[in-house]
Amino acid sequence: MSTVTGTTWNCYDSATMTPREIYGRTLAEMAKTNDKIVGLTADLAKTTAIVHFADAFPDRFFNVGIAEQNLFGVAAGLAKVGLIPFASTMAVFASMRACEQVRTDIAYQNLPVKIIGTHAGISFGHAGTTHHCTEDLAIMRSIANMTVICPADGTETSLAVRACLDIPGPVYIRIGRGFEPPCYPDENYGFTIGKAIEMVPGTDITIICCGIAVLQSIQAAKTLLEQDGISVRVINMHTIKPIDKEAILKAVKETRRILTIEEHNVEGGLGDAVAGVIAESGMGCVFKKHGLNDEFATIGYAEDLYTHYGLDADGIVDQVRSLMGREYEADEDWEDE
Amino acid sequence: MPCTPEEKQRLQKIARDLRLTIIDVMAWSGGAHVGGSLSIVELLTALYFKYLNVDPEQPWWEDRDRFVLSKGHGAAGFIPVLAKRGFIPEEELKTFNHFGSPFAMHPDSNKIVGCDASTGSLGHGLSMAVGMGLGARYLKKEFKTVCLLGDGECCEGSVWEAAMALSNFKLTNVITIVDRNRLMIDGFTEDVMALEPFADKWRSFGLELIEIDGHDFDQICEALDKAWNAKEKPVIILANTVKGKGVDFMENNVVWHYASADSELCEKAKASILNS
Repeated sequence: MSTVTGTTWNCYDSATMTPREIYGRTLAEMAKTNDKIVGLTADLAKTTAIVHFADAFPDRFFNVGIAEQNLFGVAAGLAKVGLIPFASTMAVFASMRACEQVRTDIAYQNLPVKIIGTHAGISFGHAGTTHHCTEDLAIMRSIANMTVICPADGTETSLAVRACLDIPGPVYIRIGRGFEPPCYPDENYGFTIGKAIEMVPGTDITIICCGIAVLQSIQAAKTLLEQDGISVRVINMHTIKPIDKEAILKAVKETRRILTIEEHNVEGGLGDAVAGVIAESGMGCVFKKHGLNDEFATIGYAEDLYTHYGLDADGIVDQVRSLMGREYEADEDWEDE
Repeated sequence: MPCTPEEKQRLQKIARDLRLTIIDVMAWSGGAHVGGSLSIVELLTALYFKYLNVDPEQPWWEDRDRFVLSKGHGAAGFIPVLAKRGFIPEEELKTFNHFGSPFAMHPDSNKIVGCDASTGSLGHGLSMAVGMGLGARYLKKEFKTVCLLGDGECCEGSVWEAAMALSNFKLTNVITIVDRNRLMIDGFTEDVMALEPFADKWRSFGLELIEIDGHDFDQICEALDKAWNAKEKPVIILANTVKGKGVDFMENNVVWHYASADSELCEKAKASILNS
């Protein structure tokens, strides 16, 4: 069966597996060797692809119906008796409808609940703004004990889902709707939570991005090198918290221009996390946050929205070009600071 | 007989001592949810001194029964029970609310030995209890989970999400108790946001409801015996109580939801407890 645009779960059997699909299958695979893993959802078993886990392990899968507050409270209870719950629902409900359960029941008690927020950003654009989620990174990264991951594609989702088992506390993994093209050819690139990946080397400017913006930034870097001779470094900051400070400061030193790209409001997300690191370092550079400019997105299919908001390769090329013309204050004494 | 006369006498003595400690906690802490702590004393006493299979020597023993104080503001009643049961030194209660203390107005399970869940934001506890019940079933463990809610708390929609799940999953290993003291911060529940017909609401969610006097050990024990042996439907015990129970000037008086008192008033409160 091939992908049919417009429905949410019929991409399961398409030739290239999507992040949601891979999440569901990876979880089912992991559960074979770890009987502490339990799965939960709130009437979105198919939509969040946890259905593969549910089919394989019906005795440790719990669907609580359309009740997200209960979903995360129940997950906390399961963790309290020694289990490792993976709870999946749409990012918008995980981060806002059930925000307090996530914060108080899960993060405050520092429980190993793994939260999978699907349909994040504007990936479910045509569902309308109620189902967009451009706030979750800001919300989740402000919660103590929480690890926040935004994988670039299905391969990275699979790696993140496996790696989060080693984190003793709560983890939030943000993924899209399931139509995201692959970014990595295979798993052998050394994924580690909290460690950014340099996707493209470059010396003139660095794009720090996550999620769908990674592939688009790689393509933009190629275009910019070919057409403008601009050497663009692309960093996949898949872990928003704890953020890889070292990779950010190295990029500031070596390229002096930083552009952050995220499928999220520019307030409070990846861009602000990077800005905080740079500001605290005392180093100056050209800096811009690119994403949703403190507005609710309009309606449309994701691809059209990415184009409209400049989150595709062409939009990113434009952002880079505008930043290349900006001056930064030279300071050769950084090493002393 | 679920509760022999000797046992009843023993439990009554513990309950009276706990009430005196609650007054001390109010004094030491500078203020406490005294009304809603006094209303749950008999319920907590029966649980911790007769029913719950817990062991202060191994407080995190994985087969222990679990208790979730969903009405987290009952901490001034609950934490002294843990102390009296031997989980924490009674002396430590003097730190209540003060800098660096493990004890605050709402309990923290990562700081208090023997406390199974951090609570305080209302409407969260029953969902966690559902999770514990589901976990016990999956792990093939026999332990029970008891969740104590306040009545005012039942304005929270999440309570009913959890109630629906209890019934859907037929979690007879989870026992729900509601402290029906009829008062919330702004006044009587029926004036602020009417809960009645309260028992019918719970029954309509598919639970077996047992209504009792929440200060009568015979009735409490009879209800808990039934709940412990439930096979068909999960049990909810609707415990009619008196807010501020045991202190004449606090009973049914909303002013004592959260309050402090000077030493003279504390002595009056203790005298009232000893006379009742």
